[in-house]
Parts: sequence; structure tokens; C-alpha cells
Amino acid sequence: MSLDKATVAKIAHLARIKVPDDELDHLAGELSQILTFVEQLGEVDTQDVPPMTSVAAQTLRRRKDEVTDGGYRDAVLSNGPETAEGFYVVPKVVE
Amino acid sequence: MSYIQGETGDWEIVIGLEVHAQVISNAKLFSGAATAFGAEPNSQVSFVDAAFPGMLPVINERCIEQAVRTGLGLKAQINLHSVFDRKNYFYADLPQGYQISQYLQPIVGKGEIVLDLPDGSSRTVGVTRLHLEQDAGKSLHDQHPAKTYIDLNRSGVALMEIVSEPDMRTAEEAGAYVRKLRSILRYLGTCDGNMEEGSMRCDVNVSVRKPGAPFGTRCEIKNVNSIRFVMQAIEYEARRQIEIIEDGGKIDQETRLWDTTKFVTRSMRSKEEAHDYRYFPDPDLLPLELDAEWVEEIKRTLPELPDDKKARFIGEYRLSPYDADVLVSEKARADFFEAVAKGRDPKLAANWVTGELFGYLNKAGKEIEESPVSAENLGGLIDLIADNTISGRIAKEVFEAMFETGEKPADIVEKKGLRQVTDTGAIEASIDAVLAANADKVAEFRSGKDKLFGFFVGQVMKATQGKANPALVNEILMTKLKG
Repeated sequence: MSLDKATVAKIAHLARIKVPDDELDHLAGELSQILTFVEQLGEVDTQDVPPMTSVAAQTLRRRKDEVTDGGYRDAVLSNGPETAEGFYVVPKVVE
Repeated sequence: MSYIQGETGDWEIVIGLEVHAQVISNAKLFSGAATAFGAEPNSQVSFVDAAFPGMLPVINERCIEQAVRTGLGLKAQINLHSVFDRKNYFYADLPQGYQISQYLQPIVGKGEIVLDLPDGSSRTVGVTRLHLEQDAGKSLHDQHPAKTYIDLNRSGVALMEIVSEPDMRTAEEAGAYVRKLRSILRYLGTCDGNMEEGSMRCDVNVSVRKPGAPFGTRCEIKNVNSIRFVMQAIEYEARRQIEIIEDGGKIDQETRLWDTTKFVTRSMRSKEEAHDYRYFPDPDLLPLELDAEWVEEIKRTLPELPDDKKARFIGEYRLSPYDADVLVSEKARADFFEAVAKGRDPKLAANWVTGELFGYLNKAGKEIEESPVSAENLGGLIDLIADNTISGRIAKEVFEAMFETGEKPADIVEKKGLRQVTDTGAIEASIDAVLAANADKVAEFRSGKDKLFGFFVGQVMKATQGKANPALVNEILMTKLKG
């Protein structure tokens, strides 16, 4: 499968990655190569094979409904570029 | 059918609803942080909820149980195998950059909700699915002129998204759907249904078509937070779409929001391109496998739900469908009624509960749980009417005093001297006095003016301060007037 420039620009935008126009061609080539590589898997007939979800025979681990975490606001906020009165502060996002 | 009249004829509204219901649990869906409403900002946030690198989600078994319980309450198919997916988008209150949700394989499949309409009729609406997902954090836009404040306490709280089929045709039906769903969730104890606090929120899909035509293009109105707004938004949006089509335009599929101050829907343009969510199975979570036996166990613990209770109230107590609806809409109301009705005339009990009691509670802005009149005391009042201690009219006066003071009805009757006069001699004396004072009217009555009978009854009741037994008054009065 080969990707065109417009698709690469759209993917970059959805991922919020800034890509200059002059790099789009190059990236389209690289991404297409990756897709082509992965598409080789399509040659195997998996008609009756259920999707593998884990390499180990295990089930989803569950937790009891108990409050065991939280209550460390300062640690949570410590990486925020801007905070005030116990909140994260970000540029205004409202319609 | 209820169609909307346009310039080119009748139009039909088609409505589907997506309801987000916050699961009642102590801890969040994938972390051990608390879920309580109204805590200090960011005080109930774990590193998982704030999406710190390397943190892994571990599912809360109670949240799974609540989703299954809700599915069973909606008579829905429970999927023993379901899958968690990542729904990718960027927003300031979504620290992961994706929401863990369920897409192609939800935990609950098709179910149904029976709507109870105001005219007493019922209508069944299909439920497409119910899936589990994480709630996002909360954005506060009014704290600062140029900044948005973010509180992640809600981030990661479990939500059930309950999606209906596009089966509703009027705003009233949509309102009845949300009311009924909320009632079921409260009976089940899986969501408190509090729309003001945001623990239940609604996305409304609206389209219009000519009756019998294929579905039109729909618009989605996001995050409507009261039943009244749901109905208003539908009315407005349907008319907006009809006007556009009749003016030769076409409807763009888009996300809109309900402006609660201007009473209009308006476009949320920025949401448009974000619709590419690129779902994929969350690699941090294995599929969710349920044990059929465990599902059966949950089924055995389901309470009697509103529909069954309604049927029982109609069958057992001979109530009208309307009265039954009003009583079963909340479990506390139904329980109160049953306590009053026990060993008494159920129809009378229903009249007092839905009439006087609900009327007074409504006026006082109180819930049934806060009623100053207990079920026991209301029952006592009905007993006093039944054994002729007081008349029905005096009972209303006693009820008013009970509501104000919370006292027992018998005490109020004694204290105020409201005991009904059943002494024939005393009643006769009052009647004689009234007849003597109105000799002219007595003559008119005897010459055929039957309508005056009510006047005499009124005079006698007035003279006895309403305490005379009405049946005795009627009987004796009639004998004397005719005599």
C-alpha cells in the first residue's frame, strides 16, 4: 500500500506532529515501505484462526473496588507546565 | 402519529439517544483513586488517571458487575467476551490522548426500554448496546480570562454509554426514555442518575423525514444535561432542519450543542475533523471474559424493576396505569405507597400518596425521603377516615397539620377537636337551627328547587365547623326537608 502526501499530512495532524511540507514526500515513502512490509502477513491464510491477544495463557487481571490510590495532588501536578489553585492550567479551550 | 407541520406538508422527527451514565463504584474503572463528587481539585487522581508514562490500567471488578447488572435490567444480551479499545483524540482534559472504551465488541448487546407515556400508553424502544469506558477530566473555562483550568478527579471514572435505536419520534418520547432509563438505573443501584452533577449526560441524534421516507441526515447535539433541555433541543433542532430542507438546502451531518441561554442549537465546528478516532484494541488490556454462571448469579440479585412493579400494582392493587407509573418511577415512592396501602384500601392510599402528599412535597421542594409525614402516619390518617373518626374533608386539614409538624394524626385530631360528630341528636339540632334560620329557602326547596340541597348541606357543615358526618347530614337533612 502506498500513501500519498495528503494522507501523510492528515495522519501527522491527527497525531499533532508538525511536519514541514518538504518532508512529506520522504515520509510517505518510509511509511509506505513499513505498510508493505507488514502486509506480507496477509499472505498467510488466517480464515479460521482467532486473533491472538496474548502470548501467555492468562486472563484479564481484576482489582477489588477499593480506594487505594490518589491523594497526592502535588506529585500529580508537579510536571504540569502551569498550575494554579490545585488545577492544571492550559490555554483557553472553549467554543 | 404526531407529525410536525411544515410548509410542504407533514414531517416526522427521528430521534436516537446516547446516554452516558456514571457507574456507582468506590474506585475508578482502571485505577484505585476515589470517585466521590465534589472533592478538592486533583485530589482523587492517581498516576494512571493522569497518564504518567509506564502506568498500566487494572480493571475494577465492581464496574464490570455494574455494567452486567444494568444490561440485565435492560433485558439485554450480555456478551461473555468483550474488548477494550483506544479511541484516539486530543483534548486538554484527556491526559492519555485516548479514551479507553469499547467499540466493535461491547460488554452488553441489544436490549429494550418500555416507555410510559403521559396518556397511560406504553411503547418499546430498542437499546443497541451498552459499553464501558473512561470518563474525561473536567475543564473550567470561567476561572481566568485567557486560561482553562483542568481538574482530573473525574478522569478515569467508569461510564456506561447506553445507545438507543433511532426509535423515538417525538420530544415527549425522548423525555420518557431518559426518565425511564434513569429510573431503571436507580432501581439497580448502578448510577445515581443525577443530571445536575453530570453523573448522567445525554447526546441527542435528530433527523427529520417525510413520513415513510428513508432516514434523513442527522445532527448530534452533545452533552445535554437535563430532560427538559433534551426535549427543547429536539423541538428546536427539528424545526431548524425542516426550514433548511424546505428552503432547498441540505443538512450537513455535524455535532451541535444546546445553548441553554439562547435556547438554540449551534454548530461545534472544531469537533468536525476530530471524528477520525482511529480505534484499535488497547494493548494494555486483555479481552474481558465473563463466566456465564457469574452472570446468572447477578441476575438472581436483581430487584423488582419498574415495569414488573407497575404490572403488580395494577394487578394486585387495581391501580390505574397512570397512578402506577407515578408511584413506581422511584423506588422510594413505591415503597412508601406499599407501606401506606398495607391492610388498607389501596386506591385510597394511592390517592393520598399521589395527590396530597406529592402535592405538598412538590410545593415544599422535598423528596419523598424527606417527607415530614411518615407512611405509618399517613396510614393512620386513612384509618381515621375509615372508622368515621374524621370526614375526608377534615382529613385534608389534619394532613396539612401533619405536614407542618410531623405529628401523629390522632394527636392532631384530639388537640384541635376535629373528631367527627356522629351523634344524631347533635346533628339534628344543627339542622333544625339552619332550617329555622332559612325558612324562605325551605319553602323554595319544597316547591321544587332541588338545587338548594347543597346550600343546606353547606350551612350545616359551616355550623358544625365541618365536623358533622357528611353521610348523616345528607340523610337527616333529606328526611327533614321532605317532611
